[in-house]
Amino acid sequence: MSTQALVHIEHLTRYYSLTCAVSDVSFDLAKGEVLGFLGPNGAGKTSTMQLITGNLAPNAGQICIAGIDLLDQPRQAKQAIGYLPEQPPVYRELTVDEYLHYCARLNRIPRGNIAVALDTAKDRCGLGDVGRRLIGNLSKGYQQRVGIAQAIIHNPAVVILDEPTVGLDPIQIREIRALICELGRDHGIILSTHILPEVQATCNRVQIIHHGKLVFTDSTAGMEQHLNTNSLLVAFNNPPDIGSLLQVNGVDNAEQLADGRIRIHYSDTDPAEALAEQSVTHHWRLHELAPERRTLEQIFIELTCSDTHPHEDAA
Amino acid sequence: MIFTIAARELRSLFLSPLAWSILAVTLFILAYLFLSQIEAYINLQPRLAALDGAPGVADIVVAPLFADAAVVLLLITPLVTMRVLSEERRSRTLSLLLSAPVSMTEIVVGKYLGVLSFFIILLALLALMPLSLLAGTELDLGKLAAGMLGLILVVASFAAIGVYMSSLTEQPTVAAVTTFGLLLLLWIIDWAGNGQMDGANALAYLSMLRHYEPLLKGLFNSTDVAYYLLLIVLFIGFSIRRLDATRLQP
Repeated sequence: MSTQALVHIEHLTRYYSLTCAVSDVSFDLAKGEVLGFLGPNGAGKTSTMQLITGNLAPNAGQICIAGIDLLDQPRQAKQAIGYLPEQPPVYRELTVDEYLHYCARLNRIPRGNIAVALDTAKDRCGLGDVGRRLIGNLSKGYQQRVGIAQAIIHNPAVVILDEPTVGLDPIQIREIRALICELGRDHGIILSTHILPEVQATCNRVQIIHHGKLVFTDSTAGMEQHLNTNSLLVAFNNPPDIGSLLQVNGVDNAEQLADGRIRIHYSDTDPAEALAEQSVTHHWRLHELAPERRTLEQIFIELTCSDTHPHEDAA
Repeated sequence: MIFTIAARELRSLFLSPLAWSILAVTLFILAYLFLSQIEAYINLQPRLAALDGAPGVADIVVAPLFADAAVVLLLITPLVTMRVLSEERRSRTLSLLLSAPVSMTEIVVGKYLGVLSFFIILLALLALMPLSLLAGTELDLGKLAAGMLGLILVVASFAAIGVYMSSLTEQPTVAAVTTFGLLLLLWIIDWAGNGQMDGANALAYLSMLRHYEPLLKGLFNSTDVAYYLLLIVLFIGFSIRRLDATRLQP
């Protein structure tokens, strides 16, 4: 176990009666990392997060937060965690200021520092002008922001966000993602979501969980390589026949697609440049040339659908 | 930390109309009972004057008032305590407390003290009624204090039972009904047997009413006080265990 790890999880297992919600999950989270937690509904994302935050007790396994064992010293360990559950845990009858003040007290911020902590958290979450409004009267998006403010008010080392952008409008989503990236610089963040572009936009590591097991772990950069498929999509206004395309240097195969585009497969050298040159000399009038990438959706579906059976057996 | 939680609990109570309406209705009814006891006293006064060592205001006005107040509070307590923990579960705010660096004991005791301070406010207002008699007559303050202590202990036990019932369920109404049932049972449990059976003494011992009556007469008996304190500690302990069990849910 490295001293750097903010979160260290080993062989975490949790059963709900006979169903195994989380099965032998182990991973580390370092400072400055944003870890994206992906999985279909009921995969065990929320359960894992509840286990890490002490809302659930594990059947087996070890959880260390900033080097402190959560089960042995819950109070010290919890001080280093900020948690936003799926539903923001807000009291509708309090104003934003009252609520955040209460959260600051709960997290044992010294009285003298509360005002500063409150302002910082409100500022970061864009709550500057709603401080005196009742939480119950705020829109869902603002309630979500109050929830995030609550999670970061005590400047915890680890921030755990369960689907933080659900119910927000596109502008708010962008703001929250920017906030997550900003927080990611000096905190460790675990983020669960099933919006895949969100992971690509904010995370630098991805884990896919399915039936309580980790089925995929990689950095976002490593994942990018999975996404590359060695094929190009091209479109011409004056398309040549497939045969002359195959003459182009580097092209292994070409297929005509229904929408008029042509998919070109290659293995070693990327033929994009050659194609453009040929298009000019032969007047093919190239107007579209794009590397084709698998979406994260495809990887996701491959991982979660194809290997359903072995995991069910294992569980 | 306990006081932070207690203060929020009390504040939330007063932010809803429930606390205000409970205060208003309860005090109105108790004030009516108080006035009718005064009237009874005035009617009895000519005969009492002839007696040697006749019962005073504290016996004729305060004791029946406090006895009735306990029954009224038995009806009211479930309505105040029902939301304490069940509402947190229902609106999913419990995870705020569970993921904050506070222990289960702090959460439960904090919540309990919050509710209890509401009842202390209610009882303080009630105490003003007999105290107002000091303006016109003499009052046995020792008896009043014993009665008040008894009432506080009774209500504190009611609240502890209410908090426990609220920790059992997500539905505030279910918590209210079960609290009411258990309170009423503990109140009247000595009706069974009436001394004929062997178990009757044990049942009588369990009755909350049996321990309240001596205090109303001004008899301070440490057994009675210990009974209430045990009851409070027992149910607070149960609630802490119960809340801890949410983490362990099967």
